[in-house]
Amino acid sequence: MFEKALKGNKYYWMWLAFLGFFIAVACVCYLRQYFYGLGLTGMSRDVSWGLYISQFTFLVGVAAGGVMLVLPYYIHNFKAFGKITILGEFLAISALLMCLMFIMADLGQPLRGLNVLFHPTPHSMLFWDMCVLWGYLLLNIICGWVILTAERKQVAPPKWIYFFVYISIPFAFSIHTVTAMLYCGLPGRHFWLSAIIAPRFLASAFAAGPALIVVMAMILKRVANFDAGKEAIQKMVTIIIYAAIANMFFVGLEFFVGFYSNIPGHMHTLQYLFFGLEHHGHVYNNLVPFMWAFILLFFVGMALICYPKTRKESDFWLAMGCLAIFVSFWLDKGIGFVLGGFVPTPVDEIVEYYPTLNELFITIGIWATGFFILTVLYKIAISVEHEVEA
Amino acid sequence: MYDSGKIITGLIIFVLLVTIPVWYNRGTASNVPEPELPKDVKTCVLPKAEITAKHMQLLNQWRDEVIRTGDRSTLEIEGKQYPKSLMLACMKCHTSKVKFCDKCHDYASVKPYCWDCHLAPVE
Amino acid sequence: MDKNRRNFLKVAGISTLAGLGGTAVVDRLVAGVNVAHASTEGGHGAEQGGHEAAPAAHGHAAAADPNANRYGLVIDVKKFYEDPSLGEKCVQACIKTHNIPEFDEKKDEIKWIWMTNYENAFPENPNKYRDEETESNQLPIMCNHCDNPPCVRACPTKATFRNEDGLVLMDYHRCIGCRFCMAACPYGSRSFNWRDPRPFVKELNRDFPTRMRGVVEKCTFCAELVEKGQLPACVEACGESKAMVFGNLNDPNSEIRKVLKENHTIQRNPSLGTLPSVFYIV
Repeated sequence: MFEKALKGNKYYWMWLAFLGFFIAVACVCYLRQYFYGLGLTGMSRDVSWGLYISQFTFLVGVAAGGVMLVLPYYIHNFKAFGKITILGEFLAISALLMCLMFIMADLGQPLRGLNVLFHPTPHSMLFWDMCVLWGYLLLNIICGWVILTAERKQVAPPKWIYFFVYISIPFAFSIHTVTAMLYCGLPGRHFWLSAIIAPRFLASAFAAGPALIVVMAMILKRVANFDAGKEAIQKMVTIIIYAAIANMFFVGLEFFVGFYSNIPGHMHTLQYLFFGLEHHGHVYNNLVPFMWAFILLFFVGMALICYPKTRKESDFWLAMGCLAIFVSFWLDKGIGFVLGGFVPTPVDEIVEYYPTLNELFITIGIWATGFFILTVLYKIAISVEHEVEA
Repeated sequence: MYDSGKIITGLIIFVLLVTIPVWYNRGTASNVPEPELPKDVKTCVLPKAEITAKHMQLLNQWRDEVIRTGDRSTLEIEGKQYPKSLMLACMKCHTSKVKFCDKCHDYASVKPYCWDCHLAPVE
Repeated sequence: MDKNRRNFLKVAGISTLAGLGGTAVVDRLVAGVNVAHASTEGGHGAEQGGHEAAPAAHGHAAAADPNANRYGLVIDVKKFYEDPSLGEKCVQACIKTHNIPEFDEKKDEIKWIWMTNYENAFPENPNKYRDEETESNQLPIMCNHCDNPPCVRACPTKATFRNEDGLVLMDYHRCIGCRFCMAACPYGSRSFNWRDPRPFVKELNRDFPTRMRGVVEKCTFCAELVEKGQLPACVEACGESKAMVFGNLNDPNSEIRKVLKENHTIQRNPSLGTLPSVFYIV
């Protein structure tokens, strides 16, 4: 089916070339980092994880979000999602590939990555994260490909594939739960040490993932003559609304626990993220704009996807609303959550993190690679749909 | 055959690419290396054939024994005690990395990363 | 082939696979349960069974042996306050012994033992009306060599582990540089080699390696000296002052146990259940 990715119009190739440019820049930047060391990033012994790991964390959520299409379609037989579950599965594949690239970019000794397999360590959450991420990736590749092939031949998919489809559902939940456990099991980092992290991750994932799919569906409607169907889109928007509200509810609970209990450790990171944290006469607040943008975009997005006029009558404003939710939750989890957790340090110092240009270009390049893969996969999926319709 | 010109050119380029190692290194084959052995000490921790073939495994094993299992028992070579250590045992007799280690490693084009951390004797 | 037979073979094959996988998991879980009778108090030393208290999570067989060594350190903070030069001596001894690089940029910083304020070493113990002596002086901090180390739990390759003498060590050959241990350490004791450290080592100790870029490092309690029966470099540097006392916590007759018996000591953030092996007389 890959040949379908090789036939496209001018805009398809221009888009791929545009992404290719950023990929090439990132390759050069990565080589620089590879030969110099991670010192080319803004990370330090105090903020030891930066953009790479925070993007990884967010993208695991995007990958898990695809399950919000798979679950209603396969478990509840919600027919309207039939046409777009493949979009969810292919989004999961490209998001997971981005995750793996971000992990590799973050390793100090990338060539030793296989040590995780040579010396399997069940008491490390990173080991389990590797297991579920690879598992979910393979499941999505198998399910997506087999079902698309069956559709192309216009036969029913083989029965055995449903076994893999059904286990892919708990896997989707597990990838984000285990990713949350990377953080919430660490003693001495108050902001992360919270049992609500896993549910909060899932909630924001189930909003951000489908939001991206809605945006994609709107773009595909314009550029590829692919209509996901009104019912499917409206149902997804409903899912996004509830999941987004759940996420904000959980964030609110963190505020309550921190500020009502008045325990300094529980308040510090929240203060740092939202208001700026005063320490020895200096106010540290470099993440404050991002956090308020997160709140603002959440409300803007919610207004757009709740108000019937923008939700039902305008594809443009619906897409904008979903994009606002996606960006909002990216700011929350892809910026604030990971970077904020390192402030203050265990020895009560405050070190702020600023990514370097080299690091930013690698990050952009990995996103570009993900969208490149996503474009190719969607191109294949939609060409098959068109072929079947014709 | 359609497009025979393109196919044949392509095949030639392919063959040239695959055979890079052969023609790029033509005529540079050198003699079998002869690492310089210590003069005063005649025995090693293992017989010559074994230490030649397995010194890397032995170093790995020493590392695991010393660091992980805490087995820091010493080795006796010609009446002298040595710890299990690259820097504190091997390089005490083989006092020149250039004349010993590098000889074979360069010949075989292997680049062990020992010296990224371990310090070679001053030469 | 007959359809029923085919189905039977399929089912049999799949259940065998599931069975094999399942038993392995069950075995592991059962093995874990047998040792996991953790107590929250978790005393130190052999009599209180500090070793048995360590949850099975970090899988080191030696912990169950009450006759094993467990090295610890008592730091007399008063002596460091009285003689401010003492701290610098300890830090320098460490730097020289272990080829620790000294960078110009704070971002690249690597430290094993360093001097800090009381409020930074014990942030969980704030006091608005602290005495002047504590307020204006510094004390040394380093890796606590916890009995129940979170870094060891986090490491995905067992590159950091607790050896049978209770030392939390690094295998630099195995570390993949994921820095999970740095996020996990509640004492900020770990450093990462952001770049090649060798050009920044001022004075090379040719008996000890340097590190390479891309791996994590930290205080080892001078394992290479201690296992030979010598004292760690920082303890040695304190000399006769007895500002630092090093010894085997599992030996009731050791000097360190005597010091612990005679003085009121505290540990850094003990409420996290990590059971630090470094004690402070304040």
